[in-house]
Amino acid sequence: MVDMEIKREDILHLADLSDLSLTDEEVESLGKDLQDIIKYISQLDELDTKNVEPTYQVFEMENVWRNDEVVEQEADREALLALSEKSRDNQIEVPKVL
Amino acid sequence: MKTANKTVTAERLVRDALEKAEHFRDYNIFTYINKTGAIQKAREIDAKIARGEKVGRLAGVPYALKDNFLSPEGETTASAHILERFTSPVTATVVAKLEAEGAIMIGRTNLDAFAHGSSTENSYYGPTLNAFDQERVAGGSSGGSAVAVALDIVEFATGTDTGGSIRQPASFNGVYGLKPTYGCNSRYGVVAMASSTDCIGFFTKSPDDMDLLMSIASGRDPKDMTTLPDYYNNTKSGARLGDSRLAPARPSLRGSGAQSAPVVANVHETPTRRIGVIKDFDNKSVDSEIRNALKRKCETLKKKGYEIVELEMPALKYALAAYYIIVPAEVASNLSRYDGVRYGFRSDKSKDLDSLYENTRNEGFMPENKRRIMIGNFVLSSGFYDAYFLKAAKARTLILQEYEKAFEQVDYILTPVSPSPAFKLGEKANDPVAMYLEDIMSVSLNLAGVPGLAVPAGKTKAGLPIGLQLVGPRRSDKQLIEFAKELD
Repeated sequence: MVDMEIKREDILHLADLSDLSLTDEEVESLGKDLQDIIKYISQLDELDTKNVEPTYQVFEMENVWRNDEVVEQEADREALLALSEKSRDNQIEVPKVL
Repeated sequence: MKTANKTVTAERLVRDALEKAEHFRDYNIFTYINKTGAIQKAREIDAKIARGEKVGRLAGVPYALKDNFLSPEGETTASAHILERFTSPVTATVVAKLEAEGAIMIGRTNLDAFAHGSSTENSYYGPTLNAFDQERVAGGSSGGSAVAVALDIVEFATGTDTGGSIRQPASFNGVYGLKPTYGCNSRYGVVAMASSTDCIGFFTKSPDDMDLLMSIASGRDPKDMTTLPDYYNNTKSGARLGDSRLAPARPSLRGSGAQSAPVVANVHETPTRRIGVIKDFDNKSVDSEIRNALKRKCETLKKKGYEIVELEMPALKYALAAYYIIVPAEVASNLSRYDGVRYGFRSDKSKDLDSLYENTRNEGFMPENKRRIMIGNFVLSSGFYDAYFLKAAKARTLILQEYEKAFEQVDYILTPVSPSPAFKLGEKANDPVAMYLEDIMSVSLNLAGVPGLAVPAGKTKAGLPIGLQLVGPRRSDKQLIEFAKELD
């Protein structure tokens, strides 16, 4: 993976996955940066991880059931709707979806 | 820490802090100054004191809040364009706890946007300058908070540490900075970066102040399901690791059963107190003045009767690579919520919903945010998941095991915080990998969930602060803070 080449189409695909509309200059500069970063992180190849289980979190987890009750939230609907750039009639306004 | 009383009023303390903030304006420490709110709160506390009512342990103490902590006072921007004009309707749990004890927020501090960075240069509001040299970086991401404490504007400041964001700026500015055990302090109301490594901590001028703040902030929060029961306040003062009374049970780093017993620390019995130094960390990549500072501290400890043990921790070499896979993956996920619809900045160039998302995100994120989101989506994408994300998760296990093994041999580990003292502004700004290498000594603690305390350890010949990092097993935060006094 160390010698993997990141092509322009790869950057455009990642930008699409990331919901970013990159400019042409950004495609170029991010392409170079990502190539460098991927080269660095690829050194993990050297590490022997045979028979090693993955770790995804370091919290000593235990499930906790909550009571089945309605809890008053800190912020009400009005305060939350007021955070949006555009809202009316208790709804958030966006441009056309389809 | 100086608190308000009948002779020194809270209003005086707050006005002094506000004046100093104004005096040091050039440093670009604050993104918001809470003048009216702070003075009003100070007067309320003074009125209580005048009436002879009980006030909190932080009565009238001015503090600075890293601008990724939510509260209704001022806009919480995380120093990112995409959160401009965002005033939070909720208050972070740690903020609520500090304020309940009478602390007064005088301003919100600058950071690398979304805490992505090691210099505070990635801020939408420009870089914060180092407290000791205005041509150098403050460190990051909590650069503003570190400089606010270093310049004595405030008594303390809050920070977040996902891979070194408290410890590195603390060391660059000569103050104490604690990254607690994962889960010690509630993350509720703090802008999420990487949920499996994010920790909430503080910058202070002394270990005693750190202890006071931790005793206030720690403990289970029903709003954050990854908080531990309050072990911090159940740690006996004066106790040290190795005292069996400290350890009613010994949970493993990844064990279960954190719920009921306030287990204090997964400690062990050692006949003498042992301090570990990591063999691979004391190498040529570290600035010679920092290596010498570490050696000097080891000599001091030897004279005090400690045994210095050299540790082999070969997997730590891979911690940075694993970190820059795992964290961007979590970043990509956490930052997917910023779409311009429900809150924050919205691009006005859009014709339909898809372009609204894409334009808002492209205009609203800083270049480093975009790099991390894209790397995150790369390592998670089909075809690369096994080679990168899964591989990194396995490397994380090896890193955890090395820490477990190390703490069977030693009480604490002492390392540099970063390979060099504060670097020049712009020096690493165009080289992301060089910037990432700043974090090489700090990230493994976050992957393992263990606490780390940055302590000041003198200065370089050029007058730049040097910081060392004390590392302990999970839940040893209080002992770490007490042990920091031994290093003086």
